[in-house]
Amino acid sequence: MATFWIILTGSLAAAACALVGSFLVLRKQAMLSDAISHAVLPGIAIAFLLTASRNTVPMLLGAGAFGLLTVYLTEKLSQGRIMSDAAMGIVFTTLFAIGVIIVNLFAGQVDIDQDCILYGEIAYVPWDRWFYAGIDLGPRPVWILSFVLLLNLAFVISCYKELKIYAFDKNLAISMGIPVGIIHYALMGTVSFSTIAAFESVGAILVVALLIVPPATAYILTEKLHVMLLLAVFFGVSSAISGYYFAWWTNSSIAGAIAVMTGIFFALAFAYTKWIKSKTQKELKEAQIGQSVILETTSN
Amino acid sequence: MKDQNPPVEVHDLTVSYQKKPVLWDVDFSIPESKLIAVVGPNGAGKSTLIKAIMGLLPSVSGHVLIYGKPLDVQRKRIAYVPQRETVDWDFPINVRELVTMGRYAHLKIFQRPSSDDKERVERALEEVGMSAYAERQISQLSGGQQQRVFLARALVQDADIYFMDEPFAGVDAATESAILDLLRDLRLKGKTVIVVHHDLQTVSDYFDWVMLLNLRLVAFGPMETTFTKENLQKAYGGQLNILSQVLELTRKKEFIREPGHE
Repeated sequence: MATFWIILTGSLAAAACALVGSFLVLRKQAMLSDAISHAVLPGIAIAFLLTASRNTVPMLLGAGAFGLLTVYLTEKLSQGRIMSDAAMGIVFTTLFAIGVIIVNLFAGQVDIDQDCILYGEIAYVPWDRWFYAGIDLGPRPVWILSFVLLLNLAFVISCYKELKIYAFDKNLAISMGIPVGIIHYALMGTVSFSTIAAFESVGAILVVALLIVPPATAYILTEKLHVMLLLAVFFGVSSAISGYYFAWWTNSSIAGAIAVMTGIFFALAFAYTKWIKSKTQKELKEAQIGQSVILETTSN
Repeated sequence: MKDQNPPVEVHDLTVSYQKKPVLWDVDFSIPESKLIAVVGPNGAGKSTLIKAIMGLLPSVSGHVLIYGKPLDVQRKRIAYVPQRETVDWDFPINVRELVTMGRYAHLKIFQRPSSDDKERVERALEEVGMSAYAERQISQLSGGQQQRVFLARALVQDADIYFMDEPFAGVDAATESAILDLLRDLRLKGKTVIVVHHDLQTVSDYFDWVMLLNLRLVAFGPMETTFTKENLQKAYGGQLNILSQVLELTRKKEFIREPGHE
């Protein structure tokens, strides 16, 4: 049963991240996920302090607020002479450092440790139960991640065309009066939620792998947006499943193995597209040679 | 639907980029059903002007009226053709999907394109000669084809005013004449088209009115009275040598062609 819960948790996290991560990849803002995944730390720490419990709702709200704050501050700073990547570097490291200090100062009162934040503890998921009125409802992370996955699904399906035009041609969308600002911050909000929900299990660093690598793998394999979203989810979930067994086989960290698997899937996809490309080029060349031979013989 | 107000009124518009002004106190009113060229040297603020009018860039001062009303209530009446390089042509969509985006202005949230929307898309693809490429990935288009697809997208927006940023840049001759036909067709339908243009040699052939821009508005008016050596000199300053050659060329072209027109 433990195996089932761990794989389910990993799969839910991977699916939720892949859906919204795809739009980050398309917007060429992939590293924003790295910034958000770090900058949410003070939000979580403050939520822990204020509620003195590992309650999910305040944690999601705290993380969401700091995720959006990161995006907002980065944009504000980069309006001046500072490049947007430098602005991002300034904002997220500062926020993360504030988070580290809060955790350090109140370490006694907060049941939170830096190892857990950075690497996650997916192996303990089956024992992190959710009791309601004395009834055991199953692992808490499974509930949270299911909720976030549904939220992301609802967002992507209901705002599909707005997300599409926002990702492809933001200026056109603005000129049409489409509320690009709302779409932008809603996307960043879902990225923040997914990050916080997933990183309890896989950690702040590896959640970036789930947000970026499966969508990037899907991106190089397809030229259709909806297929890209489905493939991204597929590669994310496949990485979660194969990663679990890879970790079990090598007796290593599950989160690390899942991230390694996303990388392996990407490498395979990359090699495949390169192979296809060289094959078609070769065929084209042969066809050209064939044609010139025909031309030569006919002209003679 | 005839309107009393001019399509576009711009009052005292100033735009700056990091404290450096890129447009200074620009003030004009655009007449209806005209093809208008916006010309000026590099960095004169041509694209900036269009973007500021459409609200894509913040302005320091000034205001814009579209048919006498603020932009935000008139957005459905304007269409925008950005420069081709501003989008990622590797984006995973095909030609038809890209053109369909033009209909999004008329669709509410949750609303999917209707059969009428789809019909308009097919018609626009036909008008720009891209019907055969509807299923093609946008990554596989040539520069001219990209521009045609962008125009088709603007056509389905079904607007009254069209802003186009360098639609003639880097396109093949066939596309250039196709775009020109399209512009004339739009004028025939009573639309107003404002085009950022870089090729001085074709300005007087292609357009009715011209706006000369160099940070400030140098001159704006009908081609015959505005596209003069003096105005060009004011707009382009030191590059007069090239300019006189250009004017010479255009004059010659007109001189040669005119008998044929009669």
